[in-house]
Amino acid sequence: MPRVIIEKDRCKGCELCVRACPQQILRMTREINVKGYFFAEVFDQPRCIGCTLCALTCPDMAITIGANSVVYRFFEV
Amino acid sequence: MELIFKKPESLTDTITHYCPGCTHGVIHRIVAEVLDELGLRERAVGVAPVGCSVLAYNYFYCDFLEAAHGRAPAFATGLKRANPNLIVFTYQGDGDLASIGGNEILHAANRGEKFTTIFVNNAVYGMTGGQMAPTTLPGQVTTTTPFGRKVDDVGYPIRVAELLATLRTPSYIARTSVHNSEGIIATKKAMRKAFSYQKENVCFSLVEVLSTCPTNWGIPPKQAAEWVGEHMVPYYPLGEFKTPEKVH
Ligand SMILES: Cc1ncc(C[n+]2csc(CCOP(=O)(O)OP(=O)(O)O)c2C)c(N)n1
Ligand code: SF4
Ligand code: SF4
Ligand code: SF4
Repeated sequence: MPRVIIEKDRCKGCELCVRACPQQILRMTREINVKGYFFAEVFDQPRCIGCTLCALTCPDMAITIGANSVVYRFFEV
Repeated sequence: MELIFKKPESLTDTITHYCPGCTHGVIHRIVAEVLDELGLRERAVGVAPVGCSVLAYNYFYCDFLEAAHGRAPAFATGLKRANPNLIVFTYQGDGDLASIGGNEILHAANRGEKFTTIFVNNAVYGMTGGQMAPTTLPGQVTTTTPFGRKVDDVGYPIRVAELLATLRTPSYIARTSVHNSEGIIATKKAMRKAFSYQKENVCFSLVEVLSTCPTNWGIPPKQAAEWVGEHMVPYYPLGEFKTPEKVH
C-alpha cells in the first residue's frame, strides 16, 4: 500500500497538492506549522493509489511517498 | 518501505525562499531529477539569473555561477567553450532572458552554443514587484500597466520559443507548462531531451516553461495555476518548435 508522508514544516500551505490529487484525499489542517502556514495532510490514506501526482506538484518538496507492496505505474516520468 | 517518490540528490535540503505555490520550486525539482537520471551532477554547472531565482545556487548540489542581469548565456558560452566536458545550464526568468538579456540568448542560440537554457516565463518581473515584462499578456494588469498592457503602446508579448525556432542553426526548442499534472510530466520529458542533446554534444537547447507568480498576479496559487491554463496557454502554445533532426 502506498503511504504519503507530508513534512509539515516544509509545507507553505499553497493547496496545489489538494488540487492535484485525483482521489481528493488531501486537505489543509486548521493548525499552523513552524512558518505559520496551514499545512496539508492526508485524511484518507487507504484510498491513496500511489500516483505521486501530489508530490510532483508540490513546489516545496514537502511530500515523500513510500510503498510496501507493488504499486501500479500510471504514467512514465 | 520502499520510497517511490523522494527528493532528487541534485537538490539540497534547503527550504526555498519562493512564495507559497510559486512553481519555480517544481521546475527546480525537475531539473535536479534530470541531472540525477542522466548522471550529470558531477559535471554540471548552473548559471543563475537576476530575478527570483537569483539564489538558485542554494538549492542545487552542483557548481553554480551568478550572472549579471540577462548575461547568463554569455557566462554559459565561456564555461562551455573553455571546458566542453562540463554540462552547463542557465536558469532564467522572462524579465532576465526576454528583456535585458534578449540579445544574449538570441546570439548564443544562433552561434549554436551547446548548453541548455531553462526559461521560466511567468509573464511578469517577479522579484522587483510585478512590473510588465516583454511576455506580459495583452490587457494584463501589472504595477507598470495599471490599466492593462496596451499593445498599441508597447507591442505584443514576445513568443521566445517561436522566435528562436526561426534561426537556421540547429537546436532543440520546446515550450511546456507546470500548471497541471500533465504539464509537469511533459516538462520533465522536454528537459530530459534538452539535457540529452547537450550530453551527446548535439546542439543548443532551450525549454520555455510557463510558470506562476501568485504573489504579483495577486491571486491564490490554485487560481494562478488555472490562469496559466486559461490565459497563457492560448497565447503561448505548448510543444516542440524545433529539433536538430529537422533542419529548415
Ligand atoms: C542591470 C540591472 N537592471 C535591472 C535590475 C532590476 N531587476 C532585478 S530582477 C528584475 C526582473 C526579474 O524578472 P524575471 O526575470 O521575470 O524573474 P522572476 O523574478 O519573475 O522569476 C529586474 C528588472 C537589475 N538587478 N540589474
Ligand atoms: S499519491 Fe496520488 S492518490 Fe495518493 S495522495 Fe498523492 S495524489 Fe492523492
Ligand atoms: S503542495 Fe506542498 S507546499 Fe503546497 S500545500 Fe501541498 S504539501 Fe504544502
Ligand atoms: S514573486 Fe512571483 S516568481 Fe518570485 S517567488 Fe514569489 S511567486 Fe515566485
